[in-house]
Amino acid sequence: MNATTRRLLTIVTEAALEQLLVKDLEALGASGYTVTDARGKGSRGTRNAAWGESSNIRVEIVCDAATAEAIAAHLQARYYAHYAMILFVSDVAVLRPEKF
Amino acid sequence: MNAVDPVPLFFLLGLTAGLLRSELRLPAAVYELVSMLLLLSIGLKGGAELARQPFGDLAVQALAVMVMGMLLPLIAFPVLRRIGRLPRADAASIAAHYGSVSVATYAVAAAYFASRQVAFEAHMPLLLAVLEIPAILVGILLARGLSRDLRLGTMAHEIFLGKGIVLLVGGLLIGWAAGPEGLAPVEPLFFDLFKGILALFLLEMGLITAAQFGSLRRHGLFLVAFGIAMPLFSSLIGATLGLALGLSLGGTAMLATLAASASYIAVPAAMRISVPEANPTLSLAVSLGVTFPFNILIGIPLYHALATRLFALTGGPSP
Repeated sequence: MNATTRRLLTIVTEAALEQLLVKDLEALGASGYTVTDARGKGSRGTRNAAWGESSNIRVEIVCDAATAEAIAAHLQARYYAHYAMILFVSDVAVLRPEKF
Repeated sequence: MNAVDPVPLFFLLGLTAGLLRSELRLPAAVYELVSMLLLLSIGLKGGAELARQPFGDLAVQALAVMVMGMLLPLIAFPVLRRIGRLPRADAASIAAHYGSVSVATYAVAAAYFASRQVAFEAHMPLLLAVLEIPAILVGILLARGLSRDLRLGTMAHEIFLGKGIVLLVGGLLIGWAAGPEGLAPVEPLFFDLFKGILALFLLEMGLITAAQFGSLRRHGLFLVAFGIAMPLFSSLIGATLGLALGLSLGGTAMLATLAASASYIAVPAAMRISVPEANPTLSLAVSLGVTFPFNILIGIPLYHALATRLFALTGGPSP
């Protein structure tokens, strides 16, 4: 297997932010993203996804290190203060690096 | 005597189940479907009647109701700020919730009046749609002022293309285009099943309301008092306006109910995007945890009595 390393950026945040977030990601150079519905509990209480206001999303982006850094910095500056949001980065192996 | 109305009982069942931490839960997709059906039914019903109304009367009523929607948050804001000592953003956000309307409360009131054979103006859903938006704009202005960057595009998108407005206005337009005869084939789904759908919806609302009680306990007495006093005050304004506009008794009671109701879908979504520093837990706790149950269990009969009283005092609407 001929694998190359890329960054996997995972964001868990409020579903209300999806449209804004997706626009930001594209502007910052993400070539793609995956959004899934999520629920859980954190410092801002239980988000049980019983209805729109209490649902979360998980957004995953595979990209190069520079893009991951730019996205992380932007999200931290723009959303951390007022929204329920966490973000973590990990290294992943991909087979077609030109895709990301 | 009247049989017990089962609709509020479903709400109480949901509320009790939620408070007892039952595992009961409506799947998210079912809740979405049920709320879509409610919005469309209400829109269709109003739309079918729109064609029969003279346009001038409708425009005057819509305008008057719009002004009321802007006035209510302006009254609520200083109360929240001074007496409640809430931060500016929170006060503005809660004020916006109380200027806007709750479609669920409207639906319960419609079922309530129908079961008591109290007629109300069939174009009420138009006024319902009109009332949704102005308070959101006032709330955003109260929170941010005119100066700072408002992201107008995003804001407008959020406000005018929210699910509730699209379905309600869409339903009105389809109903208006199709007319009562045209709607006959879809009647079994949208009109005949209305009460059953409402019951299912209220079951979930009970569960959601129960979840707000925890945050209410943390934020104290002021919010509970506000959540009851504000709708009582607003209902007076609504009823007076109904009387002044020459609405029927049922219409006046309905307008009082609309004024008294507080939004918990359109406004929270818009505020989350446009006034992010406002704490959504606070406004939802008061509008969902206090005002919504108060209105559907106690408020609606009260506003009905208020309208009846006003009509008796003034001898009906002025000519």
